[in-house]
Amino acid sequence: MDPTLSLLLNGIVSGLLLGGLYAAAASGLAVSFGMLDIVNIAHPALMVAGAFLVVILGTWLGIDPLLAALLQAPLFYLLGVGIYVAYHHFFERRGDEALQGLAFFFGVMFIIEVGLVMAFGPEQRFLDPWYGFVTLRLGEIDLPLRMLVPALAALAAIGLLYLYLQRSFTGLAIAAVAQDPEALRLMAVNPVRIKRLAFGLSVALAAVAGGALVVVQPVEPSSGQIFIGRVFAICIMGGMASLLGTILAALAFGVAENVTATFYGPSWSPAVAFGWLLLVLAFRPQGLFGKAA
Amino acid sequence: MTVAAPASAIAPPRPAAVARPRHLRFWLGALILAAGLVVALRWLGNDYAYFAGYFILQYVVLGTAWNILGGYAGYVNFGAAGFMATGAYAAIVVRQALGLDLLPGILAGALTAGLLGLGTGYLTLRLRGVFFSIATLSLTVVLHTLVVNWDYVGGSRGAYIVRPREVPPFTSYGEYLFIVMLGLAVISVGIARAVELSRIGQGLAAIRDNERAAEAVGVPTLRLKLIATTLSGALMGVAGAPLPYYSGYLNPEAAFGLAYAVNAIAMPLIGGIGTWLGPVIGAVLLATLQQAATVTISSALSLWIVGWTLVLFVALAPKGILGMVRRR
Amino acid sequence: MNEAPVLLRAEGVGKRFGGFVALRDIDIEMRAGERLGLIGPNGSGKSTFVNCLSGNFAAYEGRVVMGGHPLEGLKPHRRVRHGLARTFQLPQPFGSLPVLENVRVPLLFSGEPGNATTRALECLEQVDLAGKADRLPRELTQVELRRLELARAIAAHPRLLIADEAMAGLSHAEVDQMLALLFRLNAGGMAVLMIEHIMRAVTEFSERLVVFVAGRKIAEGTPREVLALRDVEDAYLGRQ
Repeated sequence: MDPTLSLLLNGIVSGLLLGGLYAAAASGLAVSFGMLDIVNIAHPALMVAGAFLVVILGTWLGIDPLLAALLQAPLFYLLGVGIYVAYHHFFERRGDEALQGLAFFFGVMFIIEVGLVMAFGPEQRFLDPWYGFVTLRLGEIDLPLRMLVPALAALAAIGLLYLYLQRSFTGLAIAAVAQDPEALRLMAVNPVRIKRLAFGLSVALAAVAGGALVVVQPVEPSSGQIFIGRVFAICIMGGMASLLGTILAALAFGVAENVTATFYGPSWSPAVAFGWLLLVLAFRPQGLFGKAA
Repeated sequence: MTVAAPASAIAPPRPAAVARPRHLRFWLGALILAAGLVVALRWLGNDYAYFAGYFILQYVVLGTAWNILGGYAGYVNFGAAGFMATGAYAAIVVRQALGLDLLPGILAGALTAGLLGLGTGYLTLRLRGVFFSIATLSLTVVLHTLVVNWDYVGGSRGAYIVRPREVPPFTSYGEYLFIVMLGLAVISVGIARAVELSRIGQGLAAIRDNERAAEAVGVPTLRLKLIATTLSGALMGVAGAPLPYYSGYLNPEAAFGLAYAVNAIAMPLIGGIGTWLGPVIGAVLLATLQQAATVTISSALSLWIVGWTLVLFVALAPKGILGMVRRR
Repeated sequence: MNEAPVLLRAEGVGKRFGGFVALRDIDIEMRAGERLGLIGPNGSGKSTFVNCLSGNFAAYEGRVVMGGHPLEGLKPHRRVRHGLARTFQLPQPFGSLPVLENVRVPLLFSGEPGNATTRALECLEQVDLAGKADRLPRELTQVELRRLELARAIAAHPRLLIADEAMAGLSHAEVDQMLALLFRLNAGGMAVLMIEHIMRAVTEFSERLVVFVAGRKIAEGTPREVLALRDVEDAYLGRQ
């Protein structure tokens, strides 16, 4: 096969795998930003915090990063609940103090990132799973397990989330709470409690995504920054509240970014993310799967 | 045309807008304060004092600039570091390409950063405010990448500017930079105040309070927002332009420092947004504290404290220090 | 009244949201100084129509022409320059500005910024809020907020005022007050398009009535004529 074609094909495939990781990163945001309309810009920072904790936990217990991520998820759920309670008490209740709310999450992001620098130093950390150096081969196509496994795990996690949102009562309540909190109240369901649960869930998802991140690449405290543009672009393009949309947008995004990196070098990735974000905002802010304003 | 006080009113209505802005008082006060500072520091004769003074004044400009869009209009710019770095690198480019020095560099910084603000605004301000904020966040990352890959300005290795040992009639290079930044601070605060009191500022306040209603009653919201973004961006560029001259060396790490991003937001919010005095108070307070802290504790820890202070103020004292004082 | 020039002409105005058609093929004409009422069940497209007229919805089908000027492509603040004004169902004051400033600041961007303070005070007097010029909106009662909303809307001498459910939630006496106010404003030559659910108010006020059901105009005429129609009765009582 023509080497350029092979390169392109592999670029696309690894882009899809990368997209799986991005989908994991963005799925939590689909819940907090898409469904609850909370602009949690600290989401990537929480993911990185999750990644660091996975490194610590995984190294200490000698377990696989994804397993460690699963184990620590409840902790991050509680953290998410705590953050939401503070956010709701000080900002959401007060009405349209959008500026203070945004500044709050920026502060949280900042505290997490600088806190990580202070605790762990600015260097990169990594944790290799046992399959970290195994690569499957499908003809011309390489499938490194270090990318395939997190992608599959991400899809599984999102699939579970989807089932939960569609089938369980609380899940449906989460979808409803953004659209019609009054209707929920009439059913004797406290919208605040639902939002608390949902936000906690979104942070737990961020922690799981952190585990996936660690498998794919080494992490450093500032890793979250480039993800901000990525996850928001993906979330917006996926139509905000649609999980399917998020997955598709993430896959497309991963491919675009990876193919650019393959042919033009990896240092331009942030530009791809930002350019993508701008394009989405300029032409279709309701996303590919969202409803028009 | 006279207006008769209605008999039903308890007291004749006092038109709130009649109070004539005390322009003269402000400028006189600012110039006297500035002159006083120059004299005091010259008498002190300590070069470190000039550098500390520069550090604080730079934040006065940065905070004031941020406030024009954030405090007046309610649109949060998370990318202050990017705008500031734009100013710094514009100064370097102008120096390397045209051999021009500090003052033209400041102009170049203002122009470039202003255009950047205009562009970002034009692309995102028609949408919800949060989209503008998110765009500014990723903008910084992109600019950082651009600079790192741009060899002309030194890429990640950085660029050098040789600092002259003497700059007559100033006693030292440090004093020269201090006075330049002092001038910039007075000018920026003056501009912010002028905007605040003008119909632009009043229109921005209406936008901040209720943009949909403002648009519905005839306020040209997009135009005003673009003016604010451009002006804010330009002034942030002005804050950054002297930076390479201050340190003699500039690399992306320093230019895009997190400290700028968080302080640009924290200082106005803690001092009190919505008026020109707030960022000044916040900047003087926080910058002084950080200068003091860097010699005693690590800079990461002092930045961490700024982050916590921001969160605490925004939650407990959203109107900032000025708000707490005014409530009495 | 019939000889008054045509002020507003809406031709074939329609609006879709994705697959949902909120408004279809609306033709409405208003003359200068006229009092037109717009009624219809919830969800019939009244607010959507108002948003198309005011420009809050930038994209819609059909045309809106004001005093001979087509308004297509114009943002809301530009439509104000052509003499269009609207109030919102829920009052939308500028929370941090005193009552007087609420009315005065928009005037700074109108044709006569120099007269802003004087004109603002005039408007406050017209709605009987002059005594509260220094107060903040949060200190006002609901009905006072609605009066402030009106004051702000009429400040730039609009030729057409769209009063979008300005009386929702008011008591009987308060409704009478608002009606009297709107009659006064209309007497000065301003046309008023009143969208209202309170039948008593809208039938008393309107010279002509238009009925929307499911995004279409199904009736138009004097209040007496319109309310006698079977279709209108059916629409309100839910019969197919």
